[in-house]
Amino acid sequence: MGRYLLRRTFVLALSLIAAGLVLFVLLRLLPGDPAAALLGVGADDAQIAAAREQVGSDQPIWVQLGRFLSDLARFDLGKSFVSNQPVLPEILARLTITLPLTLAAFTLALCLAVPLGIIAAARADRWYGALISTISQFGLAVPVFWIGILLVWLVAIEWRLLPASGFPIDGWGDPWAAIKALILPVVTIALVMSASLLRYVRSATLDVLGADYLRKARALGETQAQALIRHGIRNGAVPVISILGIELASTLLGAVVVERVFTLPGLGSMLLLGIQQRDYPSVQGVLLISTLLVLLIGFAADVIQRLIDPRLRDPGAGR
Amino acid sequence: MRRNLWIGAVLVGLNAAVAALTLVWLPYGPTEMSGGRLSPPSWAHPAGTDRLGRDYLTQVMIGARIAMTVGIGAALLGGLIGTTLGVLAAFARRGLDDALAATLDILIAFPTLLLAMLVVAASDGASLWTAILAIGLAMSAIIARLVRILTKRVLAQDYITAARCSGLGWGKITIAHILPNILPTVMVAVALQFGLAVIAEASLSYLGLGTPPPNASWGQLLQQAQSTVFRAPMGVIAPGLALISLVLGINFLADGLRDLMDADEEIQP
Repeated sequence: MGRYLLRRTFVLALSLIAAGLVLFVLLRLLPGDPAAALLGVGADDAQIAAAREQVGSDQPIWVQLGRFLSDLARFDLGKSFVSNQPVLPEILARLTITLPLTLAAFTLALCLAVPLGIIAAARADRWYGALISTISQFGLAVPVFWIGILLVWLVAIEWRLLPASGFPIDGWGDPWAAIKALILPVVTIALVMSASLLRYVRSATLDVLGADYLRKARALGETQAQALIRHGIRNGAVPVISILGIELASTLLGAVVVERVFTLPGLGSMLLLGIQQRDYPSVQGVLLISTLLVLLIGFAADVIQRLIDPRLRDPGAGR
Repeated sequence: MRRNLWIGAVLVGLNAAVAALTLVWLPYGPTEMSGGRLSPPSWAHPAGTDRLGRDYLTQVMIGARIAMTVGIGAALLGGLIGTTLGVLAAFARRGLDDALAATLDILIAFPTLLLAMLVVAASDGASLWTAILAIGLAMSAIIARLVRILTKRVLAQDYITAARCSGLGWGKITIAHILPNILPTVMVAVALQFGLAVIAEASLSYLGLGTPPPNASWGQLLQQAQSTVFRAPMGVIAPGLALISLVLGINFLADGLRDLMDADEEIQP
């Protein structure tokens, strides 16, 4: 396990560098001069030249790359063109909204999808098993912001139970107010996410239900529920966990739409604002940090898979 | 067995018919202020009107055309680029193939919406074409990875060796053996991506990065109707249901196609 962790950490570092390079190239491919974006319309040539010097876009591409990498090594993500403030503190501040939002939604989605998915598979012949599968099919076709708008309408406007949008200005200073602001967004993401998770849980359970070891456990006198809990969950979890990693990552990055519905000042709205204002350092910073988070999630998913499944840890075992 | 295929065909056919109809007939002009502001559903306006008195049903119908256009455009673009890249990667030498596969994996790690946002940001202003280009490019990475794996599987078959021995070139082998073998699976994948493309387009235009007015897409309709949902809920419900019917239909169609393939024993994926 120790050697594996070492090797996996090395791969993690390599992919982070690779992703950084891809981002660097992608953002340099964008037409339009960052310097011009910095100044806005009506700047004369001398101003543009000065701005280029400031931004560094007058240098050859490999000098820019060197500067980019050395800044990165010092955790310096540059300053926003718009506010002239360093990007990293802004990102960290916004993560205090996006991270709890994503993690809470993910946990809630899991709590919904795992039991329902197992029931949908184990009771596929009953009406409620079929009903769960049908509803999840609907869930796959529903855009997340539509659910969000409907929830705002019903829960916040019609019933006045929760705030419709926004986040307390002092952040988590009043924890209850912050939590109230996050309940609807969390439920919105969790509902849509659980629909796709449910389908993976269901098909993993169906695979497990057909497995020889489960039939043997039944033959030894265990009920189906006992057999599923003792042998099924651990076996079924392995393929589901890699999917979970991908789902968590895409929720994190996809939070931009939900943050727009509820006007939450999170990472996603920073990205959207950065794109609208052509604020390159902000866009680059948000993408770099989210790539780092996505890679970390993948890392965690791989490690957890090996902890659950001894066959992955030691290729000799279990044969 | 064929039930999925039928449900899917009916739902998609309905959307396609409405989309085609908007080319020749609309209940009202798209920018015509034909009724009172935010009026409730009536015979004249089955889905009510928006805050400028424009008919919601007309706008939802135009939305169907835009959703179909973006879906078909992105599916064609993503399918073509993805298949070409995937087949080339499968043929490439070891090192190049590994590099391509790793790049595809990194691209796939980013959700379609994020890649699409970047493409829109890179182009000067959002339009129907940037949406198609953005979603199609993001889709092509997913298709390419699938095609690469499928092609490698076909290349390992004995009949490819036989074809090589009988003197067939790689180009002809691709056309005569590889494409016909991988096409059914690729079509199912493209169909599923079609549904995701419709949702991605709606999300893009909801964020204000999609088709600009007056060709309002469903996402943009939803974005505008959101602020008046308490007085005219149909403005949110109608485009949402239309979108769900199309995506659900496509997913059913893809499932039906896959069932059909599984039944056909010659083509096991």
